[in-house]
Amino acid sequence: MRDKILRAIEKNSKITAKDLSLMLGITEEAVKAEIRAMEEENIICGYPTLINWDLTEEEKVTAIIEVKVTPQRGRGFDKIAERIYRFDEVAAVYLVSGTYDLAIIIEGKSMREIAAFVSDKLAPLEAILSTSTNFVLKKYKQNGMPLVGEAHDDERMLITP
Amino acid sequence: MREALNKKVTEIKPSGIRKFFDIVSEIPDAISLGVGEPDFDTPWHIREEGIYALERSKTFYTSNAGLLELRQEITAYLSRRYDLDYDYRKETLVTIGGSEAIDAALRAMLDAGDEVLVPEPSYVSYVPCIKLADGVPVSIALKEEDRFKLTKQELLDAITPRTKILIMPFPNNPTGGIMTREDLEDIAKVVCEKDLFVISDEIYSELTYGRDHVSIASLPGMRERTIVINGFSKSYAMTGWRLGYACGPEKIIRQMTKIHQFAIMCAPTTSQCAAIEALKNGDADVERMREAYDERRRYLVTRLNEMGLHTFEPEGAFYVFPCIKQFGLTSDEFATKLLMDQKVAVVPGTAFGDCGEGFLRISYAYSLENLKRALDRIEIFVEGLKKAGK
Repeated sequence: MRDKILRAIEKNSKITAKDLSLMLGITEEAVKAEIRAMEEENIICGYPTLINWDLTEEEKVTAIIEVKVTPQRGRGFDKIAERIYRFDEVAAVYLVSGTYDLAIIIEGKSMREIAAFVSDKLAPLEAILSTSTNFVLKKYKQNGMPLVGEAHDDERMLITP
Repeated sequence: MREALNKKVTEIKPSGIRKFFDIVSEIPDAISLGVGEPDFDTPWHIREEGIYALERSKTFYTSNAGLLELRQEITAYLSRRYDLDYDYRKETLVTIGGSEAIDAALRAMLDAGDEVLVPEPSYVSYVPCIKLADGVPVSIALKEEDRFKLTKQELLDAITPRTKILIMPFPNNPTGGIMTREDLEDIAKVVCEKDLFVISDEIYSELTYGRDHVSIASLPGMRERTIVINGFSKSYAMTGWRLGYACGPEKIIRQMTKIHQFAIMCAPTTSQCAAIEALKNGDADVERMREAYDERRRYLVTRLNEMGLHTFEPEGAFYVFPCIKQFGLTSDEFATKLLMDQKVAVVPGTAFGDCGEGFLRISYAYSLENLKRALDRIEIFVEGLKKAGK
């Protein structure tokens, strides 16, 4: 049942417990209890909203930064990853396989702000060997939702056999 | 001038769906729950394969029966899903949707005056196709108290010395009724005893909830007297691609292929290429869509019953078939009034046979938000009827 609840709210976190109970065939109380339990277990970590900032007045710049680091004895990559993800500007940090170690997603108000973050905060960290900053030019799809193109209408005929 | 038209054709009544479609088209902002096709887009990997087929110039005829690779995938699919065993070279025909397969099967098997049993309510094309093939349709009225299943007794009562074919429309459009293995065993016994043939329209076979579909052709003695009809429209959300198929004994498929060869030539090549991809890599899509339908089904049945619209719990397809007899209106009157008062379009049960009187077909091939909005309006409408009745 948990996986079904999760799949439903992953798509739409605003769905009500009442609707979920009807869809899944369990009581509203049971839905609420499961969700509360999963919140406590940190399976559900939050309910953010997917915003297409490109359509607003607000200036936002996103960069994906590839970082090579020296892992620390005993702590591996976790220590350095933590020092990085604690910055508010950092939206995501992933340890990845391939030619670099950490993929970091930074959100800022301007390219200058991001450049300043990289040069002042990130690059000087002792464990960091190199950084490569890639600015995002256009967002096509995020969290499984397309951000470009028009939502297409229901093109089916109104009544069909 | 002499009469231009064939009498058989002119005598066929226009479908109730068509009539209602014309009324709904007049009301531009109506919310429709009237469609008989999935709301999902065809999964992208399948569409992409269709595009790729065009890029590779797969723009020519295929063999009459369809691409060999597709027929191989079809028989492999029927074997792994429904325990059916067909020869892809001689017992499989790819058609323009399930509809063409139904038509070809009837035309290949019927002589003038042969009777065909049609359990109703059911899909609108069986009766006209039977008439066009010079057959005589004999309707069997299924009952809600039997969960819209065909019972052994109903079948026995309808059989005459002229009966040749039984149509098996399960999972059923419009009722959502299904036939379990036990239900089918009863029917199969009678079919074998009375030496009938079966055209089993299993187009909704992937859309059953709680238990897997069973094909009547997989029961002992039934393979040699059954034509299994299926397709890609409902399971893979591919209605516009127009692709279906028939599997059955070589003797019948050979004649159906002849009709198909002269009337159609072959099914669209692009669609056939996309369908190969669907069968090879589409299982997860089918599962995902089935789960979504199942959630909406539960939602709809519960809410309709809560608002006092008695609704039998369907186990297949994507329709519910609520009963409206308590309101003293015909299906047609109810549907028209609902459309005028609350701008919600549903299909009167009578569009699927006279015994659909007193019922409505509501499709849940819509997003949950859409269903919610429509149900809120239906609730207001039903409340109004109840008050007026007091």
